[in-house]
Amino acid sequence: MSEIRNYTLNFGPQHPAAHGVLRLVLEMDGEVIVRADPHIGLLHRGTEKLAESKPYNQSIGYMDRLDYVSTMSNEHAYVMVIEKLLELEVPERAQYIRVMFDEITRILNHLLWIGAHALDIGAMTVFLYAFREREDLMDCYEAVSGARLHATYYRVGGVARDLPDHMPQYEPSRWRNKKELQRLNENRQGSLLDFIEDFCKRFPTYLDEYEILLTDNRIWKQRTVGIGVVTPERAMQMGFTGPMIRGSGVEWDLRKKQPYEVYDKLDFDIPVGTNGDSYDRYLVRVEEMRQSNRIIEQCIDWLRKNPGEVLAANHKVTPPRREAMKGDMESLIHHFKHFTEGYCVPEGEAYAAIEHPKGEFGVYMISDGANKPFRVKIRAPGFAHMSGLDEMSRGHMLADVVAIIGTQDIVFGEVDR
Amino acid sequence: MPDLMLLLPEIMQTPLWIVIKIVVIVAPLLLAVAYLTYAERKIIGYMQVRLGPNRVGPKGWLQPIADALKLMTKEIIIPTNANRFLFLLAPVISLAPALAAWAVIPFGEGLILADIDAGLLYILALTSLGVYGVIVAGWASNSKYAMLSTLRAAAQIVSYEIAMGFALVGVLMASGSLNLNKIVLAQQGGFLDWFLLPLFPLFIVYYLAGVAETNRAPFDVAEGESEIVAGFHVEYSGMAFSIFFLAEYANMILIAALTSLMFLGGWLSPIGAWADLPILGDGMHWFVFKTAFMSFFFLWFRATFPRYRYDQIMRLGWKIFIPVTIIWLAVEGVAILLGWQPWL
Repeated sequence: MSEIRNYTLNFGPQHPAAHGVLRLVLEMDGEVIVRADPHIGLLHRGTEKLAESKPYNQSIGYMDRLDYVSTMSNEHAYVMVIEKLLELEVPERAQYIRVMFDEITRILNHLLWIGAHALDIGAMTVFLYAFREREDLMDCYEAVSGARLHATYYRVGGVARDLPDHMPQYEPSRWRNKKELQRLNENRQGSLLDFIEDFCKRFPTYLDEYEILLTDNRIWKQRTVGIGVVTPERAMQMGFTGPMIRGSGVEWDLRKKQPYEVYDKLDFDIPVGTNGDSYDRYLVRVEEMRQSNRIIEQCIDWLRKNPGEVLAANHKVTPPRREAMKGDMESLIHHFKHFTEGYCVPEGEAYAAIEHPKGEFGVYMISDGANKPFRVKIRAPGFAHMSGLDEMSRGHMLADVVAIIGTQDIVFGEVDR
Repeated sequence: MPDLMLLLPEIMQTPLWIVIKIVVIVAPLLLAVAYLTYAERKIIGYMQVRLGPNRVGPKGWLQPIADALKLMTKEIIIPTNANRFLFLLAPVISLAPALAAWAVIPFGEGLILADIDAGLLYILALTSLGVYGVIVAGWASNSKYAMLSTLRAAAQIVSYEIAMGFALVGVLMASGSLNLNKIVLAQQGGFLDWFLLPLFPLFIVYYLAGVAETNRAPFDVAEGESEIVAGFHVEYSGMAFSIFFLAEYANMILIAALTSLMFLGGWLSPIGAWADLPILGDGMHWFVFKTAFMSFFFLWFRATFPRYRYDQIMRLGWKIFIPVTIIWLAVEGVAILLGWQPWL
């Protein structure tokens, strides 16, 4: 009698549900997964090593390219660890701006996640709805930084520039008639804050639209309830963070447990799941979007009332104002030093982590006192989640693996770094 | 037969006449398939707040033509380890039944290519044959994804064929005939006399089983884009792929047409009193309209629902659809036995 062997299926890296370049070697017994072996490294760019060879500020842009769905949050952890080493105070307005953009980033990330997750499970429409909203938030990115995705907006000591007073508008072209132009520019008449406020008002109804399509949908529930269950104990042992651990019922959120920036002054709730399955993680993320919306509203309110500086006044680390540079010798020197040599960070090591949309995103940095880091280690949440994939998908079917990859919200930029 | 045909030698008259009739049916059908793809892209586009194709020709009307030309000029790649003969035969196996089934579809009273008495059986036989195309394609491709798809398709068709067959038995009992023309005529007298109302559960089961048989969302596990990439036609390209595509859409139209014939009164006008009026009365346009209406649901489902998992489809078929049809057949049988037949 011939020996019966399990079927090995190579899933990815060119696979529509591989979320980039995931390669899974699946050992299957019919449709049932016996073992899932994730192979990583196809998007490895050596970010940590690259950061060792250039001045501190020049690596901020590299951080965007880690988790390219939530770019500003990556920058945040990076600048925070340098500020910790420098013991630098960040102006409160900059802290609020950072928190606001962290939450915008969280919504951006979760919108992409809900779209991709639903698309993986076969519901196409949510994806396009989510991208309609992402477009508005991308415009906010563009308004402050000039780039829609890789913003490079945060700086050591604050943010690159203050929020603009005018929201950029659509310009007339032969593809758009006047009426359409007017409709597109309707909520862009005021400042960026007005635009974001308008978005915050609209956003809960958009969320309701997604929930109508998914939350009580029988097929959606059949596909997610009881899929990829993680017990709270296992979630902690495997180093899960963010919605992955909160879905299992552990109330762990760095914004509450180790408040950074101004999170302790803001009012928001941490949603947690009960069963630790894909459906609970879905509910947790949807609720997180609602909470982020609440935080953004509070930030807008504060930012309206409190104008001020957005960069620390210590010009050893932050560039001086452009006008000051024209007439002031010291500023000119600061400017020259800042953009050529950069700044030196005192010897020491530090770890700073933020509640990234995907979990705890931390940067561990060792400085030897030079103008570039001696060593940078990035703690990416996706990496820990990815290593739990085998355990989560064992005994499930092929279609569930796709749902589990979706629920983990994997982005390969940060897993491979 | 027109007089002109009588000039030909006698032996050629009938075959030629049949060929002409086939062309008259198949050519508009293929055009309808092409424009169903356009309608799908536009309708789903609007459902998803985007525009859909709008560049080729006015409002994108020439898009399907451009697509067809593109697919025709593309190379057909045959994988090295594929079984060449079966690989190329499979698309033909899936398209042929989808087209052949139209032989017994009545477009109007007596407007039918082959008015055979076992029309319903013929339809049942041909719609089941189509799956051999899928199975052969999956096997001949010699690809793991295609193989999985084949297994899924085979299991899915077997389970849904039963529910579909039972639903048709209900129609057969109500109309007392297997001839599609007579089935439609049994529904005369306005929309209250259609089989839609008395056989409502069977209508739902038949239509959903039809969606499952044509491998459309939410039952598209055999294609399962995000799981097994494209399933049975993952290795196909160019014209070979587009024949599968044609077959899928021809089958969609076929299921929609059959649903409208068996449950929505085919070419009959919805109001019995209108039957003899020029436009509102009975006629092919009603049939076309009802078919288009039923096709629309295929597209709507696709834009709305997530995909079932393979085992969940099996459960739905065996544990819900088949019991529903059996119960309704029993109810119907008792009603016929007691002489209470609301559809007559």
